[in-house]
Amino acid sequence: MTHDAGFWVLQALNALQLSMLLFLLSVGLTVIFGLMHFVNLAHGALYALGAYVAASVAGAWGGFWVGLIVAPIAVAAMGVVLYGGLIRRMRRSGPMAQVLVTFGLIFALLDLTRIIWGDVALASDVPALLEGQVRLLGVDYPAYRLFVIGLGLAVLAVLAFVLGRTQIGAMIRAGVDNDAMAACLGIDVERLFFVVFCVGCALAGLAGAVAAPLLSVTPDMGLQILIPVLIVIVIGGLGSLKGAIAGALIYGVVQTFGAVLAPQLSSVLIYALLALVLVTRPTGLFPAKG
Amino acid sequence: MTTITKAALAGLATTFCVETASAEQIDVGLLLPFSGVYAALGNDIEAGFRLGLDTFGAETDATFEVIAEDTEVKPPVALAKARKLMLQDNVDVMVGIVSSGVLGAVRDMVDGAGVPLIVANAGNDEATGVDCSPYITRISFSNGQVNRPMGTWLAGQGVEKVYTLAPDYAAGRQMIGGFVETFEAAGGEIVGQEFTPFQQTQDFGPYLAQAKASGADAVYVFYAGGEAISFVKQYDSFGLKGELPLYGSGFLTSPLYVAAEGPAAEGVIAAGHYVPTIDNEANAAFVQAFEAENDRLPSEFAVHGYDAARALIEATATGAADRESLAQALREVSFGGPRGQLSIDPATNNIVQPIHVYETVAGEDGLTQKVLATLPAEADPANGCEMN
Repeated sequence: MTHDAGFWVLQALNALQLSMLLFLLSVGLTVIFGLMHFVNLAHGALYALGAYVAASVAGAWGGFWVGLIVAPIAVAAMGVVLYGGLIRRMRRSGPMAQVLVTFGLIFALLDLTRIIWGDVALASDVPALLEGQVRLLGVDYPAYRLFVIGLGLAVLAVLAFVLGRTQIGAMIRAGVDNDAMAACLGIDVERLFFVVFCVGCALAGLAGAVAAPLLSVTPDMGLQILIPVLIVIVIGGLGSLKGAIAGALIYGVVQTFGAVLAPQLSSVLIYALLALVLVTRPTGLFPAKG
Repeated sequence: MTTITKAALAGLATTFCVETASAEQIDVGLLLPFSGVYAALGNDIEAGFRLGLDTFGAETDATFEVIAEDTEVKPPVALAKARKLMLQDNVDVMVGIVSSGVLGAVRDMVDGAGVPLIVANAGNDEATGVDCSPYITRISFSNGQVNRPMGTWLAGQGVEKVYTLAPDYAAGRQMIGGFVETFEAAGGEIVGQEFTPFQQTQDFGPYLAQAKASGADAVYVFYAGGEAISFVKQYDSFGLKGELPLYGSGFLTSPLYVAAEGPAAEGVIAAGHYVPTIDNEANAAFVQAFEAENDRLPSEFAVHGYDAARALIEATATGAADRESLAQALREVSFGGPRGQLSIDPATNNIVQPIHVYETVAGEDGLTQKVLATLPAEADPANGCEMN
């Protein structure tokens, strides 16, 4: 098969699109971990919840855009409930207990979506504004996918600004670096964690709302995305924005070009890379702490 | 007075008979996934099965006691549940099984214990091939069966070069294999073929760009469930439907998922063993009754359950009431149902049924299926099946 330049542009855009979706999910999870060493495995389930909320809001009250705004708020509200009811109590109980509790939470949330929305997949359409294709660099590319790329980049820019240039960003970085010292300096680390946790949940909800028209809204969508997200975080390094974006880009590129160039190996490639990173750089490429 | 007494006595006698003569009561073990990825299928099959029992129950003297168990689509769980149904509940017959993996897990136990099993979904070719058993009767479909007639049909439509895609697992390979076999025999050419990692592929974009660059006239795929929804939507979002028509195995645009696919499914042509718009009396009655009860159109999965109940009733109407006689009677059932005329092939115990080529089109209320052609029923090749 011969491929022209347009083919490679198309695949590069595909890779970027997948990366951005994964970035939206992994950045929340990684910062939550970086700040409080808390592994929230239920992050994928929150993403599914976001997709369900977005799809039903879009269906009932007309409009993808309403769903895109409501879903992150609803999932952040769920985050508040989870934080108050469960996660605050688990803060000092060690990683194993936390992993087990959030792992259990995956199934609880999964069944909750099944009870509320049923087992049949939900419909979610691309908004009229983003239907069809746009001609870009010599290829026709779906407008909605370009929107996903743009949204991912926008979130990246906002987070980079907040974390790098604002006071709250400095406080978060201080907390990630050394939470005990940050607390000594008068930073309310616990409250900071609560805020970051809610923002992380909102980002998961946003990712779900964005993914809904692209993928299928089924109860198990959260489980399916969890492993790619964990791979992104492990490759990128826990706790850093740079790690999340690097990991997401690596995952997107390896997955997309792997599928094209070595389809027989495509499902193995990313795991091989994961193993390689774990052997050579056990803390990932850009860990938050040196 | 005497008539009333007689009637009362007759009634009393009947009740008495039903209670004592255990031969008249058939215990049915329903082995379906009610949780996990195939929960929607399990629910549809159960709804169809119960509707079938209600609709045709009067045709037999036997009564049915249904015990439903959840397989969770996990082979070890299913095996434990099957054991419970067979040994503890002592069921006369088992109905169900959605996943071929689960069927593979329970096959030997069912065969060894001699409990008749009506397969109401799992399509693995081997189940009525090398691994066939006189106790396992399939009322649903086999993977090859659904796709084989489509190869010949598509070649007949003037399509010469096809690119195929399917998930990388047994069903994906058998579905595509069936299509490729007859398509090539009819003079068609496969210009590219890819199997995507099963349930790990979120983004079909890379494969779609490959298909576009392959120089094919059309794309033929098998996807089911969530993957089918993602695939159909993404295919449409790349604007491929116009230049590269999408064909597939019927599950791609199943009535169960077509609402979630939305307008993206319009114009997709697929071959399946059932769609709700098949034009016959039995189907009209079935669709009406199913819709009245469940408030949605029946899918191919619902019809599996419905026909499984019908087959069971036909078998008991011949007087069969224990495991051995039921297994024998089930192999001989034949009736005209919603799908058309059905029979069981004695050589493999697989169903023989017509295949319907349909296009998904916009109807008055939402998407509907327009049947383009009905391809005659053909029995599967024996594939190494030796009945004992």
